[in-house]
Amino acid sequence: MENTTTHHADLHRDDTAAKIGMWLFIFTEILLFGGMFIVYSVYRFRNPVAFHLAHEELSIPIGLLNTVILLVSSATVAISISAIQKSDKKVALISLMITLLLALTFLVNKYFEWGAKFEHGMYPGSELMKNLGHGDMLFFSLYFFMTGLHAVHIIVGMVLLSVSLYKVNNGAINSGRYALLENSGLYWHLVDLIWIFLFPLFYLIH
Amino acid sequence: MSEDKNHIVPYKDHLLVLFLLISLTVITVAVTSIELGPYNTAAAMVIASVKAVIVLLYFMHLKFDNKIYKIMTTIVLMIFAAVVLITFFDYLYR
Repeated sequence: MENTTTHHADLHRDDTAAKIGMWLFIFTEILLFGGMFIVYSVYRFRNPVAFHLAHEELSIPIGLLNTVILLVSSATVAISISAIQKSDKKVALISLMITLLLALTFLVNKYFEWGAKFEHGMYPGSELMKNLGHGDMLFFSLYFFMTGLHAVHIIVGMVLLSVSLYKVNNGAINSGRYALLENSGLYWHLVDLIWIFLFPLFYLIH
Repeated sequence: MSEDKNHIVPYKDHLLVLFLLISLTVITVAVTSIELGPYNTAAAMVIASVKAVIVLLYFMHLKFDNKIYKIMTTIVLMIFAAVVLITFFDYLYR
């Protein structure tokens, strides 16, 4: 993908190839998280009672709130792409800013959710975690690892969307050239896609 | 192909999809809060898969884009499904 912000009509660009590249990357991400979902399912299958008891420690309202936040932020990214296609720069900018704000809110929620656990001495490597039963330890290790890796993806997504926001603002992304915004959007939807499975698996099923 | 690429989804449609996704989320929370035994997990996973397909088709534009993206995604999801199936059979009948 081009990093230059200058406009040259003769500059070689291939939006389809850029998008195929983004999709290939998304596939590796799907398989990465998919593999972890399989690990989670197998351990859950082998330690049903411990996983059931451990999952009750998680707050469904916070999980639900974060789910809705991510779904809305996905919709605003989709709206920003429609807007840029229509050359509606104002709507594109506003919806991207809303997306970034929602992403930040998600992380703040996550901070409080994790913080509460840390206060109770529950964090990877803590004495409490080491002394937990095998099943509980597996549940919380997977919880911290998978939601943590997901949070890293949120941060990466925020960086991509911030760059897109900057480029929409200075006109480098416009109705004739929006591959970067489209691909950042795809990444953001992937983050949403992963959370769609994380939420029921960790917070809901019992 | 170029007309597929320029398909512009109206804002209203995005909001409609969002409403559908949030409704499905609320339904999942409601369904899993009642005791259904093993069907709890099954229901939650089926609804999550429906939500994932909606996100892929509408937010990720697979429905409107060049078919190649849809074909590639389908192949990858089928490979993943095969791995899940084989792993579960292994653990169930070992």
